[in-house]
Amino acid sequence: MTETSYRIQGATGEWEVVIGLEVHAQVTSNAKLFSGAATAFGAEPNTQVSLVDAAMPGMLPVPNRECIRQAVRTGMAIEAQINKWSRFDRKNYFYADLPQGYQISQLYHPIVGEGALEIDADEKAGIPAPKTIGIERIHVEQDAGKLMHDQHPTMSYVDLNRSGVALMEIVSRPDMRSPAEAGAYLAKLRQILRYVGSCDGNMDQGSMRADVNVSVRKPGEEFGTRTETKNVNSVRFVMAVVESEARRQVDLIEDGGRVVQETRLYDPDKNVTRSMRSKEDAHDYRYFPDPDLLPLELDDAFLEECRASLPELPDAKRARYVNGLGVSAYNAAVLTADVETARWFEALLGEGVDGKQAANWVMSELFGALNRLGKDIAESPVSPEQAAGLLKLVADGTISGTIAKQVFEIMLETGGEAAAIVEEKGLKQTSDTGAIEAVIAEVLAKNPGQLEQYRGGKEALFGFFVGQTMKATQGKANPGVVNELLKKALAG
Amino acid sequence: MTELTNLTIAQIRDGFRAGDFSARDVAEGFNANVAAAKLLNAFIVETPDHALAAADAADKDRAAGTLKPLSGVPIGMKDLFATKGVQTTAASHILEGFVPEYESSVSQKLWDAGAGMLGKLNMDQFAMGSSNETSYFGNVISPWRRGGGDNAPLTPGGSSGGSAAAIAAHLCPGATGTDTGGSIRQPASFAGIAGIKPTYGRCSRWGIVAFASSLDQAGPMARDVQDCAILLENMAGFDPKDSTSLNMPVPQWEAGLSADLKGKRIGIPKEYRVDGMPAEIDALWEQGIAWLKDAGAEIVSVSLPHTKYALPAYYIVAPAEASSNLARYDGVRYGLRDLPDGAGLQDMYAATRAAGFGAEVKRRIMIGTYVLSAGFYDAYYTQAQKVRTLIARDFDAAWESCDLLLTPTAPSAAFALGEKSDDPLAMYLNDVFTVPTSLAGLPAMSVPGGLDAGGLPLGLQIIGKAFDEQGVLNAGLAIEQRAGFAARAEKWW
Repeated sequence: MTETSYRIQGATGEWEVVIGLEVHAQVTSNAKLFSGAATAFGAEPNTQVSLVDAAMPGMLPVPNRECIRQAVRTGMAIEAQINKWSRFDRKNYFYADLPQGYQISQLYHPIVGEGALEIDADEKAGIPAPKTIGIERIHVEQDAGKLMHDQHPTMSYVDLNRSGVALMEIVSRPDMRSPAEAGAYLAKLRQILRYVGSCDGNMDQGSMRADVNVSVRKPGEEFGTRTETKNVNSVRFVMAVVESEARRQVDLIEDGGRVVQETRLYDPDKNVTRSMRSKEDAHDYRYFPDPDLLPLELDDAFLEECRASLPELPDAKRARYVNGLGVSAYNAAVLTADVETARWFEALLGEGVDGKQAANWVMSELFGALNRLGKDIAESPVSPEQAAGLLKLVADGTISGTIAKQVFEIMLETGGEAAAIVEEKGLKQTSDTGAIEAVIAEVLAKNPGQLEQYRGGKEALFGFFVGQTMKATQGKANPGVVNELLKKALAG
Repeated sequence: MTELTNLTIAQIRDGFRAGDFSARDVAEGFNANVAAAKLLNAFIVETPDHALAAADAADKDRAAGTLKPLSGVPIGMKDLFATKGVQTTAASHILEGFVPEYESSVSQKLWDAGAGMLGKLNMDQFAMGSSNETSYFGNVISPWRRGGGDNAPLTPGGSSGGSAAAIAAHLCPGATGTDTGGSIRQPASFAGIAGIKPTYGRCSRWGIVAFASSLDQAGPMARDVQDCAILLENMAGFDPKDSTSLNMPVPQWEAGLSADLKGKRIGIPKEYRVDGMPAEIDALWEQGIAWLKDAGAEIVSVSLPHTKYALPAYYIVAPAEASSNLARYDGVRYGLRDLPDGAGLQDMYAATRAAGFGAEVKRRIMIGTYVLSAGFYDAYYTQAQKVRTLIARDFDAAWESCDLLLTPTAPSAAFALGEKSDDPLAMYLNDVFTVPTSLAGLPAMSVPGGLDAGGLPLGLQIIGKAFDEQGVLNAGLAIEQRAGFAARAEKWW
């Protein structure tokens, strides 16, 4: 069984859901797609608007090389066909947030063609095996401005800060068959975009949003009529949209109705989708090639630079951690899930620490601490270089794991270096057998009852003696040496 | 001293340099002519102060020895060019009162070269028209009149009719024009002046109110070929703000002028002999052939077989682009806003655009919207683009046997205002000889060849290969020297 068994139970039997996503991802770039205006999030309204963005008479678009580069790099990351010749088209419609009266997009000749990405198996979520989701195309286009309806009792205001910002529209094939697959696809796509650095993936700020195409059919039958739910802005909501929209369609069909091709909106408060407009009153966008722009022709040097600048992608990185470093599959997955974590961990590895030891430490100690502090890894008070200093002290036996925990706490608080803290607080581990033997003698003398029980056969008490010895040495004794000497002493 | 306003740009430039007169004298002379010619309605806005300021700067520069190429030369600016701080309307109501905060690249180049601005020239609204009758600010009247006491007001041609009329009436020695399907060449022909549309991409379109982006091209209009060369040198040049701008050096066209056409082959396209063309135009064409032969050129017959499809293709492509380019005039950000009581956004769009656009502009927006709509796109727009490719190939094939082409500029002399304004198709036929070159993006110019029986100017058109403005100008010069065109509209205004 390698396919999802996700089915919607209807009165007439089981239904299969078919999902395709169109993801709009804001290209990470300092300037807009066709103008030099800035693109920072959250700026005062209409402060990031050039003459071009406001569509003043006689203004002309000039493509921003960095936006094109990011789209190409993204295409390469999903191993898609890169079209060396592409063209911009105008999509014509009137709206107050669209100053030109058209959006410059790419209908006929997108910059990126066919590609794919693989979602991971997730038994619990009903994805029994890894699955390849086809990507039809990626094209670049301008974002629109924003209408503000709450500024005046009778008028709407327009904020053009987003007008002209570069978006990538990433169009999947209708290859997903469950809410979990849709969610996994979006999460994976977001992960790749963040690795590539072509989109920050901040769905709550609107820099990534999905149009969710859903249809239902009886398994094995032809595709049903689809609806498109616009601008869904989280992985969770995408899954919820699939679920509720598929259910709505099944109920509708089983009640003798017919699904109409239409655009819908999602209401997260009520967890329902609502009709926005039907195909009948859909715009005729009158697409045609933008005569202000020449076709986009990419040369080999540009493509080579794009390819050379691609980072190691999450799947490759994960495989390397598991196969090359001996990191557990689970740890490798967690460490590569987010690009910031991966970057931090890579920096730690770069300091020459053992991969497996480092992975374990990050997973338990660092994540634990960050969790407690409520901080992201990018805001970690301890740098990868500092952490490496700590791990090396453990690895070379200077301090024990227990002492390392204490040192780490101090590092979190003071930002100090591990070696200096160990030195200053006298936390160096001791392997001085004479000193340890003296402590052991003392421990045995203090606990005659336990000693008798142990010697009477209750060997589980060995741990008790180790603990007492470590406690008496304030954790500084080398645990290996303690074990060895204790065994001897207890044997009498 | 000759009246300064009778001088050509070259004469003004050289006389000013030589110290024969001051730039201020020149500017005041033209300012006075402009002020005295209200009847022609050639200007939408007069900017005498701009001309004087540039003149004063030129006088200072002369004293300081820092002269610029156009120091001392005042010109007219077609109202399609955005001029910072000066109303720019494209002769439309929808942009009435619009004062840009930016300067078009072409006008900026001219100011940087030392030129001054006498005013913003009237034109067909959004450059859509061949008679100047579509201007919201009233039509320009040509300074020319038919002989024999016929005082019917005539069209100066269009869309750069204000530019043509102002030059012919000596209100300015030269002006900018724009040419989408003949808007420099046809009015130049009607007004007895010279005008060149350079290769598409020579002049930046940045800051020029767009009509049809793939066709729009700025160019100079002046009294003679040398002046066109001077102005074009100071208008052309790569502009990173226009993606379709040509990234090539600007040749020294004035220095390269030569009327010796030895070794040049001039093609005569047989398809340009259209039915119903006045015999005088045919005769002028023959005369032009003789002049070019006399200048040393070899004459060859060529065929441009797809010529007859050019006009219909043009009237699909240009309106299609216009319908989209003019969508930005929506009443939201600038220009006219007509907001009826209780109106919503759609009502505002409808009211604003109904009130703000003239009939011809609306007609073209509707044609353009129609040819791009689902179900018609392939039959019209795609087909027109194919025709466009075929027309470009026609020219490429012709260049195998010739270097330049000679044709009439327009199928008639200037017609009376009102004569064709009710018949759009008759009006569109004015562009029959100019449109193919626009579709192919080639350089072409009109030079005066002579007068018709009614005493009205007729122009000859020279078409060149892409980037060969020099060849076009040189052939124009050869004709100019032999035609000895000295006729001038008698002052009645």
